[in-house]
Amino acid sequence: MSTEFDVERIRKDFPVLSRELPGGRPLVYLDSGNSSQKPAQVIEVMREHLSMHYGNVGRAMHVLGAESTEAYEAARDKVASFVGAPSRDEIVFTKNASEALNLVAYAFGNPINEDPRFMMGPGDEIVISEMEHHSNIVPWQLLARRTGATLRWFSVTDEGRLDLSNLDELVTERTKIVSIAHQSNVLGTVNPVARVLARARQVGALMMLDASQSVPHKPVDVAALGVDFLAFTGHKAAGPSGIGVLWARAELLEAMPPFLGGGEMIEAVWMDRSTYAPAPHKFEAGTPPIVEAIGLGAAVDYLASVGMEAIAAHERELVRYALQELGEVPGLKVVGPTGLEDRGGTVSFTLEGIHPHDVGQILDDEFGVAVRVGHHCARPLHLRFGIPATTRASFYLYNTPAEIDALVRGLHHVRKVFA
Amino acid sequence: MIAESMYQELILEHYKHPQGRGLRDPFDAEVHHVNPTCGDEITMRVKVGDGGKVEDVSYDGQGCSISQAAASVLHELTTGSTVPETLAVVEEFTRLMQGRGQVEPDEDVLGDAVAFAGVAKFPARVKCALLAWMAYKDAVVRSAS
Repeated sequence: MSTEFDVERIRKDFPVLSRELPGGRPLVYLDSGNSSQKPAQVIEVMREHLSMHYGNVGRAMHVLGAESTEAYEAARDKVASFVGAPSRDEIVFTKNASEALNLVAYAFGNPINEDPRFMMGPGDEIVISEMEHHSNIVPWQLLARRTGATLRWFSVTDEGRLDLSNLDELVTERTKIVSIAHQSNVLGTVNPVARVLARARQVGALMMLDASQSVPHKPVDVAALGVDFLAFTGHKAAGPSGIGVLWARAELLEAMPPFLGGGEMIEAVWMDRSTYAPAPHKFEAGTPPIVEAIGLGAAVDYLASVGMEAIAAHERELVRYALQELGEVPGLKVVGPTGLEDRGGTVSFTLEGIHPHDVGQILDDEFGVAVRVGHHCARPLHLRFGIPATTRASFYLYNTPAEIDALVRGLHHVRKVFA
Repeated sequence: MIAESMYQELILEHYKHPQGRGLRDPFDAEVHHVNPTCGDEITMRVKVGDGGKVEDVSYDGQGCSISQAAASVLHELTTGSTVPETLAVVEEFTRLMQGRGQVEPDEDVLGDAVAFAGVAKFPARVKCALLAWMAYKDAVVRSAS
């Protein structure tokens, strides 16, 4: 692990960061919360595997199949170690975080399941929060519709924090599952997992974290967190798209019914019934995203070699600077915590009288600054703040204070255009 | 840069000083259209008088400069014309917007709406420009029934 964080050296690892946009503008990529860029180390591992090794995994009795299987399973080992999973068998590869969340949601109220923790019907409750990404809202709405269970949620305070004032009334003996974001994709807020978990444990509820915005950015140890399920996605963590991860405690994966049926998730099949492979393969029906999983393995290797503590510290410095500089832009209002405590490197804001789509277009077109504009797949959160959309800058290990300066320069210009 | 061709002075002018904004009576039909990808929305009322003349197009809504300016320009172009004349403008405007920047606009038909030609080069913004025009088309159809 390196002690010195050299952002210029890191930037050289990401080929896209050296490209120019049409008109000779430099690229200022401040949209990593949406999807991150990929280092050459990941691209090369994937290229090499596709070029020289590729075969199907788990089922091919030849050298290429064996090499692919070995690399695919090695990626599982890397991911397990990256998030502190007690066992490699607790890492299920999915296609993204959404699939991981849906997989868990489908375990509840499923007639082929006999474990009382997953039984669900009228009178049972599911607890989420108002700051969730749609992927941690809609699967639970669907579950409530299927089972007759009630969906409830934490509200969000004006400062963009989870409102825990009614924790004990919200999470009760009726609660079967609590699923919240580890870190908000809009507000940057890092949620107080331990407090919520303590209450969930008190009432016998299971707890899931959507860690899509935390795992890529700071050290995350599932055993230390103590939750039951955790989902994240590869493409936000310097890896490719098409690969996500569900981590769940082994004992729960064993109790859960399969999600998708198909090849490689079985033990034996008759015409009228099947028995299933042990986890994680029970949840990996069909040919998986092989090269994508291997790419994710390379990505977590890369992130670990830089050091997650160092990445977190770098992003903390960037967000400190961003909050300070953005605070100087007239009419700009940050939506989310304005302090650094329990906050990650994502800053969303409104600019008085100017629609975020106009902000984003001018930033991109005249300054090469790529931000995200809209509701960021968190419409209920925007409704809560009474705004249709925000502009969001999200930082990663390769961003620099100079890029924040470019953003601020761009915002001043936007104000001039629409004044 | 490229976006400068989109944010024409005329568009910014209409955005900052929208013409005919606000919902008015009387009206024959009222519609509400939403662009789900960006949350832009518009409520539009149409009043058609004797001889098929558009007497008033009133609207209210929220959204980006492109969607709001488009509604303002539409108000100016349609009010006082006959329904068939306005539908010809809608058709030409739609053709221009969906032309990926490859369509040569007919200025005689479009009038001020030709200022939106640059928007066609930005696929993500075409729906913003079309929101009010699609709402108008819908409202006219409903007003006739």
